Amino acid sequence: MSTVLEVRDLTKRFGGIHAVDGVSFEVNEGEILGIIGPNGSGKSTLFNCILGQLRPTSGEVKLDGRAVTGMRPCDLNRLGVSRTFQLLQVFPELTVRENLILAAQEHKGTMLTRLFGARDAGLSGDADRMIEFFRLAHVAQNKAGALSYGQQKLLDAAMAFMAGPRLVLLDEPAGGVNLTMLANLRERLEAINREEGATFVVIEHNMEFVMQLCSRILVLAEGRIIAQGDPATVRSNPQVIEAYLGH
Amino acid sequence: MSARHLFGAVALALIIAALLAAPFGLKPYGIYILTLWAVTTIAAIGLNLTLGYAGQVSLAQGAFVGIGAYVAALLTTKGWPLGAAYLIAGVSCFGIGWLLGYPALRVQHHYLAFVTLAFSTLVYLIFRNEEWLTGGIYGISNVPRPSLFGYALSRPRDFYYFCLANLALVSLAAWWLIRSPWGRAFVALRENPLRALSLGVDTRRYTLMAFALGAGLGGISGVLYAPLVQYIDPTPFALLLSLNLLLMVVVGGSGYFFGPFVGAIVAVLLPEWLQGVDNAYWLFGPYADTARSVLPPTALKYVAKHYLVAYAIFVMVLLVFSPGGIIGFFERRFAKTRTVVPQAAPAEAKAVS
Repeated sequence: MSTVLEVRDLTKRFGGIHAVDGVSFEVNEGEILGIIGPNGSGKSTLFNCILGQLRPTSGEVKLDGRAVTGMRPCDLNRLGVSRTFQLLQVFPELTVRENLILAAQEHKGTMLTRLFGARDAGLSGDADRMIEFFRLAHVAQNKAGALSYGQQKLLDAAMAFMAGPRLVLLDEPAGGVNLTMLANLRERLEAINREEGATFVVIEHNMEFVMQLCSRILVLAEGRIIAQGDPATVRSNPQVIEAYLGH
Repeated sequence: MSARHLFGAVALALIIAALLAAPFGLKPYGIYILTLWAVTTIAAIGLNLTLGYAGQVSLAQGAFVGIGAYVAALLTTKGWPLGAAYLIAGVSCFGIGWLLGYPALRVQHHYLAFVTLAFSTLVYLIFRNEEWLTGGIYGISNVPRPSLFGYALSRPRDFYYFCLANLALVSLAAWWLIRSPWGRAFVALRENPLRALSLGVDTRRYTLMAFALGAGLGGISGVLYAPLVQYIDPTPFALLLSLNLLLMVVVGGSGYFFGPFVGAIVAVLLPEWLQGVDNAYWLFGPYADTARSVLPPTALKYVAKHYLVAYAIFVMVLLVFSPGGIIGFFERRFAKTRTVVPQAAPAEAKAVS
């Protein structure tokens, strides 16, 4: 099993505050790694540093053994690293199908082929498969802004998978999603992991969701990793309980 | 859907037929105004790409029209063909637009508006003060009308068709562009640049491209403007033109393909029409007398005298009631007629209880 993502001594300071403080971990191919931690523990900052949205103060990020620290998000995405955001981020004025085509159109060809080539960049088939897979067929022609919250959340996830990524970082995929939709989402993520061998890193507050989805969990508090292991081990770790419940 | 498409196709065909037939029913001044509409629409289409689709505020579109006009005037008065001016103005405005896009990578919205406003002022000052090049406030006169394949386009009607053909070409190119992945990327850039970036969209390149393309079309508009008016000086390219173009895009419907066409009607044709509104009873045909009794000539004379006030009130009322402009207003109406049926029942139930 090869290492897809390697994070070495990653630190991000905002003034005097260490939002992320010397975090190191690895993610193996095909793994679903969960990252949990109380609010303000540095989870999202960690994601943003890995993904080039923020420049880390120090430390290194490697993708398949290649240094990608500080690379622009769009270049990183084209190397196969995809993400979702904590808040919904679809394009409301584009239809569901166009949202999906957009999510992969920059991955092949050049600016010229994108201007003079096929209107759908040859992605209609892929988009339809993704629409089918995420059960969005009945709203495929609707503008994304007209969808229900749960449907938008599914679309949001589908967009992250559209270009067949090697590694997907999901920031609170279960936030604000009702129970039925949540089971639907988890099942879809597991299916992609199984069938496509995609590797996931998931930030999540919903313990139930994380414990069921992830094979390994990192616990972050005040910018540091305070515990890691399989769900059962992490759940019974006294340090973790203290970080969540306080003294 | 297909009924709507058919309706659209028929309406478009009628409008094109009307545009082709129009010069036969108009005096030279009418043809001049209609030509001005076609030329202005090209610049507005450019700004609609930059602002309407890609979401980048620009108060510099008028400056690019000016650059295009000066390039055309300088070159054609020295005997160059208009085709050369076309190419040089298009390419140089594209390049300058690209450079003007760099601030947009750092600042957005009203800050960006101020950066482009500064550029606009700078260009105006160059037009006015660099007399050795631009003739300063005296401008450049005797700008010749072009000829096409040896056929001189000096008569108003011929030049009108030339500009209309240019507008058609620009419209087709813009239509092609916004239907391509580029158009999708522009909309993504407008709606959520952060998410677009995370999906592999090189937002830097598309932002610069949006500015460059918009500026290039501004330049082409200017290249046609110079031989239309045949005399240029700095005044028409002051900030007011940029604001006017912005108004056209917003009033027509920012981010709608037909927005700039309608916006330019409002900005170019409507004031002219309002100015002559006191003679407009002929529009009512056989009911002209009825119209005269309902709308007394004194009232219309008042409107015609204060046509700019009437025009301003119209624009303000429109934007208050339809921020999406005129096209946005009609699109909302269409959307309403489609969804009002299933919503009618609960509304009735509510009224009863």
